[in-house]
Amino acid sequence: MHELSIAQSIIEIVGQYVTRAEQEQVRRVNVRIGAMAGVVPDSLEFCFAAVIHHTPLQDAVLVMETVPFCVRCHACGQTTESEPGIALCPACGSADTDIVSGTELQVVSIDVDEASGGGA
Amino acid sequence: MSVITIERKVLEKNDEVARQNRELFADHGIFVINMVSSPGAGKTSILERTLETLRDTLKIAVIEGDVQTDLDARRVAKYNVPAVQIVTRGGCHLEANLVREALGSLKLDTIELLVIENVGNLVCPSNYDLGEAVKVVVASTTEGDDKPLKYPAMFRNASVLLINKIDLLPYLPCDLATLKDNALKINPSLTVFETSCTSKQGINAWCEWLMENSRRKPAS
Ligand SMILES: Nc1nc2c(ncn2[C@@H]2O[C@H](COP(=O)(O)OP(=O)(O)O)[C@@H](O)[C@H]2O)c(=O)[nH]1
Ligand SMILES: [Mg+2]
Ligand SMILES: [Zn+2]
Repeated sequence: MHELSIAQSIIEIVGQYVTRAEQEQVRRVNVRIGAMAGVVPDSLEFCFAAVIHHTPLQDAVLVMETVPFCVRCHACGQTTESEPGIALCPACGSADTDIVSGTELQVVSIDVDEASGGGA
Repeated sequence: MSVITIERKVLEKNDEVARQNRELFADHGIFVINMVSSPGAGKTSILERTLETLRDTLKIAVIEGDVQTDLDARRVAKYNVPAVQIVTRGGCHLEANLVREALGSLKLDTIELLVIENVGNLVCPSNYDLGEAVKVVVASTTEGDDKPLKYPAMFRNASVLLINKIDLLPYLPCDLATLKDNALKINPSLTVFETSCTSKQGINAWCEWLMENSRRKPAS
């Protein structure tokens, strides 16, 4: 639902690292998305494609690394992947846990094709 | 191919404005709640009951978020409290900068409690910090007892759960204990109130909690 504004924010951040001309050389935009970040990957991919259409970034592909939702348990000491959002330790059932991953929503890096200067 | 490392949060701009809002609220000693729910869970109704109960005791202001209309702001204005409407024009959530703009039409020095009614949506608002002290999630009994499991992010980020429309429990397949259990599984530190806007059951307990938190001196 709000993937459109997220796609726009991603592009805005990318724009701070490369000039407009250099944006044509961007091949991949690498992002990290936690399982509980509230983002639907398919929808973000669709919105990203829509937002870059007819812009210098139009040859870029959004590459999404998804991060599982994991909790660390203070009772048994284990770090375990859990159902997104469920705070109970899957190993021992304790509620005394911290989220260690799964809420990420980050722009990681971009891959730029330096060599391309007019087709292969 | 060369790689340019970025490593930035996508919503950092919103987070930064939210941080500024939070500072502003602290400077003026305003307790701010961000109310979230599915459409129709009863956010505005709870707010109306809250205003009935507290408007003579506590200085309250309201920011109403809505996709299209100002109907909720009009409902609230009847209680003679300052109310600002934000129309998001299709946007499915409030963002920190919209709240900051709305603050321009409020006299911050005269407010003790600011209630922000977010757009009815249990997914998107969980990503957008507005600068509030607490998120209050409203789940109504008509939505079923598995709501927390379907929208974990919202229940995870909230501090308070209002289980609303408990007057309808006798007619619904919703089990109150299961609903609470599911919510606490997601977030064991939730403070839970059971409310009805028709029978007014639970409204006083909720209002007492609001009083206590609005009047509490910030820890220093
Ligand atoms: N039976 C019953 N109906 C309620 C209760 N709270 C709200 N409603 C009704 O639910 C509908 C939606 O309420 P509203 O406050 O507009 O929900 P919002 O979209 O979350 O702001 C309205 O028709 C209300 O009258 C309640 O506690 N019990
Ligand atoms: Mg409403
Ligand atoms: Zn454990």
